[in-house]
Amino acid sequence: METIKLTIDNKEIDVPKGTTIQKAARELGIEIPTLCYMELHDLGIENKPAGCRICVAEVQGRRNLAPTCSTNCENGMVVKTHTPRVLNARRTVMEFILSDHPKDCLICPKSGDCELQTMAHRLGIRDIPGQEFAATSTYRKDTSPSIIRDLDKCILCRRCEMMCNDVQTVGALSAINRGFMATVAPAFEQNLEHSTCTYCGQCVAVCPTGALTEVNHVPSVLRALADPTKTVVVQTAPAVRVALGEEFGLAPGTIVTGKMTAALRALGFDYVFDTDFAADLTILEEGTELLDRLSRHLNGDTTARIPILTSCCPGWVNFFEKYFPDLKDVPSTAKSPQQMFGAIAKSYFAEKIGVNRKDMVVVSIMPCLAKKYECQREEFSVDGNPDVDYSISTRELAAFIKQANIDIKTLHDEDFDSPLGESTGASVIFGTTGGVIEAACRTAYEVYTGKKLERLDFTELRGMEGVRSATIDFNGLPVNIGIAHGLGNARKLLDDVRSGTSQFHAIEVMACPGGCIGGGGQPLHHGNSDVIRARAAALYAEDRSKPLRKSHENPFIVKLYEEFLEKPNSEKAHHLLHTHYFDKQKKIIIKH
Amino acid sequence: MSHIKIELRKEDVDFIKGVCTSFNNDPQELINVLHSCQEHFGYLPAEIQEVVSEGLNVPVAKIYGVVTFYSFFTMTPRGLHPISICLGTACYVRGAEKVLDEFKKELGIQVGESTKDNKFSLSSLRCVGACGLAPVVLVGDKTYGRVAPDDVKNILREYE
Repeated sequence: METIKLTIDNKEIDVPKGTTIQKAARELGIEIPTLCYMELHDLGIENKPAGCRICVAEVQGRRNLAPTCSTNCENGMVVKTHTPRVLNARRTVMEFILSDHPKDCLICPKSGDCELQTMAHRLGIRDIPGQEFAATSTYRKDTSPSIIRDLDKCILCRRCEMMCNDVQTVGALSAINRGFMATVAPAFEQNLEHSTCTYCGQCVAVCPTGALTEVNHVPSVLRALADPTKTVVVQTAPAVRVALGEEFGLAPGTIVTGKMTAALRALGFDYVFDTDFAADLTILEEGTELLDRLSRHLNGDTTARIPILTSCCPGWVNFFEKYFPDLKDVPSTAKSPQQMFGAIAKSYFAEKIGVNRKDMVVVSIMPCLAKKYECQREEFSVDGNPDVDYSISTRELAAFIKQANIDIKTLHDEDFDSPLGESTGASVIFGTTGGVIEAACRTAYEVYTGKKLERLDFTELRGMEGVRSATIDFNGLPVNIGIAHGLGNARKLLDDVRSGTSQFHAIEVMACPGGCIGGGGQPLHHGNSDVIRARAAALYAEDRSKPLRKSHENPFIVKLYEEFLEKPNSEKAHHLLHTHYFDKQKKIIIKH
Repeated sequence: MSHIKIELRKEDVDFIKGVCTSFNNDPQELINVLHSCQEHFGYLPAEIQEVVSEGLNVPVAKIYGVVTFYSFFTMTPRGLHPISICLGTACYVRGAEKVLDEFKKELGIQVGESTKDNKFSLSSLRCVGACGLAPVVLVGDKTYGRVAPDDVKNILREYE
C-alpha cells in the first residue's frame, strides 16, 4: 500500500494512503477534539459528516482550515492543530453551537456524561456571545415507551441518523427543516411511537448531548421498594454485569456480578434473581422448537419453517414486525428471557412463596431500551398486570446505586437468590453476539445426538463481523448457522429468507452492534470499540468460570420442568413461555 | 402503533407510482419525483410522501427531510393564484416588507397560508434574479416589478 509522509505539530509520521489527518494525529498521541465524528472500528461504522467543524486544523499552503475528520493526508503536508488561528476558530464554532443550546445543564439527564458539556470545559468556554441573535428552537419533548427526544438539545452531529439509517436500516430518523429549526426527527415530526422506530436505542447510545435519553423508571421502582405490601423481585441481564463497573470508574470488562448482587440487595429488593436463569429456560424452549422444526423439515414436512430465527431481542422483534411481517411465522415463538422470567416469577415462584401476582413487582435490569417497550406489550400481562413491571437500564441502575449512597467498590461479593438466580455458562454468553446460538448448540447437540459434547467452545460462532456463518456437525448432520448483529446485517439475512435462497437452518439476530453488550442502555462507549470487545471477553471468561456450562444441566431448570412445566414445549410451557407476533407494517389503503 | 392507514384514491396512487417508475424507481431521482408530484397535486401532503417512499424505497423520514429543506416544496395546498413576495436584499431595501404587510392585510392570511376560498396563498422567497425590478412580486407565473404597497389592491383585482 502506498505510504504518505507528513508532519503534524512538528512530528513526522508515515501513514497508508487514504488515512485522515485526525487518525494520523491519533497515532502520534494527538487527540483532535470533535463532536460529530464517531467510529466503531470493529463494526466498520463511521460517522463523518464534517458537520461540527470542531476538529479543524491548519494545513500549510491551504487557504481555509481543514476538517481533519474528513481530510486525507497528503505527501509533505504540514499540519498544525493548536495555532492561535485554529484555537480561535474552534472556540468560535463552539460558541455558535452553544448560542442556541439550552443552558439547563444542572438539571439535564445527560449532565456529567455529555460530550458537549465536556467539550465546552475542554475548550475553556467562559462566555457565549451572540445569544441574543440566536432563535432557540422550541420543539416539544417526545416521550415514547423507551426513548425521550428533546430536540432543542440536538447539535446536528447526525450520529443518530447514521445509526438509524446506515447501521440499522430502520430509517425512522432524518435531518429535517433549516436554520435554527434544523434537527433530526421522524417523518412529519411524528412521535417516535408512530414512526418505524424499533426502540433499539442505538441513537441514544451515540447521542453526544441530552437530545436523546431513556425513559427513567427508577422513581417507580423506588416507590415499589418503599411499599411494604409489595414483594419486589429483580432480574439482571447477562450484559449488565460486565458493564456496570464502568459507571463507577472500573475498567471496561470488569466483572461485577457479585458486587451488583450485593448492591441490589442493599437497595432493598426482596429477591435478587438472574435473567440468566430464564436464558437457560429459553434455550430449552427455543432449542426444542429448533430440533422439532429441523427434524420435521428433514423428514420432508413442508409446513416446518426453516430457518428458525432467535426471538430474544425485542428490538429485532419490532424490526421484523414492521419490515418483514410476511415472515412472522419464521422466528421462534419463545418469549425473550426477560419475559420468560416475568411469567415464571409471577406464576411458579409467586405460588411457591404464597404471594398474589398483584402484590409482586418484577423489575428487570437491562442493557437495552427496547426492553422497556417489550414489558409494556399487552400480550405480556395477565388481567392488566404485567409479567415484568419495570425495566431499567444499566445506566439507570448505576444512578440509582449512587443516589442510595452505596459504594459498590467496597461491597463484598454476594450470590443470587435461589431458585431463579441459578444459571449456567451458556446463559451468560447470551449477552454477546453469537452467544445465544452457541448456547443453543450446546444443548441441541446433546439432545439430538444423545452424546456428550466434548468441546463446549464453538469459537467459529464468535467474533465481531456483522454477518457470520458456520456449519456445526451434529454427529453427521451439518447444521448451518447464521449470525447477524445490527439490524442492517439482519436485513441482509432476512432478504435471503424472504427470497427463499437462505441456506441456514438457524439464525441468531441481535439488534445492537456487538449484541446486548453494545445495547442502548449500557454505559456510553463514546465510539470506543475496545469497550465492547472487553465486555464480550468478560462474558466468555464468566462462562468458562462456571461449573455448569450447558443450559439443560441447570438443576433448577430440570426441577422447574419436573414440578411445574412438565417438559419443554408442553402445553403449559407454550401458554407461559411462548408468544405470537403482529403485522405492524405501514399500509397504504386505497379509498373507494 | 405504527400501523398507519393512508387513504388515497386509486388513481392518485397510480399516478405517483407511475412517476416513480418513469424515473426507474431510482432513489437518486427523489427531487425530480417530488417536483412532478407537486406539479400534479399542487402540494405534497404526508400521504403522497408515503407512496413515494414505497415507490423509491427511501425512508419517508428522508423524504420529509428533503421536503422541509427546500422552500419550493410545500405540504399545504397552494391557492389557485400563489403569491410570492421576494424578500431578497435588493427587494428588501426597497420596501418589500411593506408590500408583504399589505398583502397580509388585504388577504387576512400569514405567509404559508391560503385564503379560505383557496383562491390566494402567500409565500416569501429569496431573490428571483430580477433585482432591477425590485421589489418584485410573483402571482402564479406572472411577474410584477417595482411594486408599492398602494399597488397591492390593483394586483389582486386582476384575479377577481
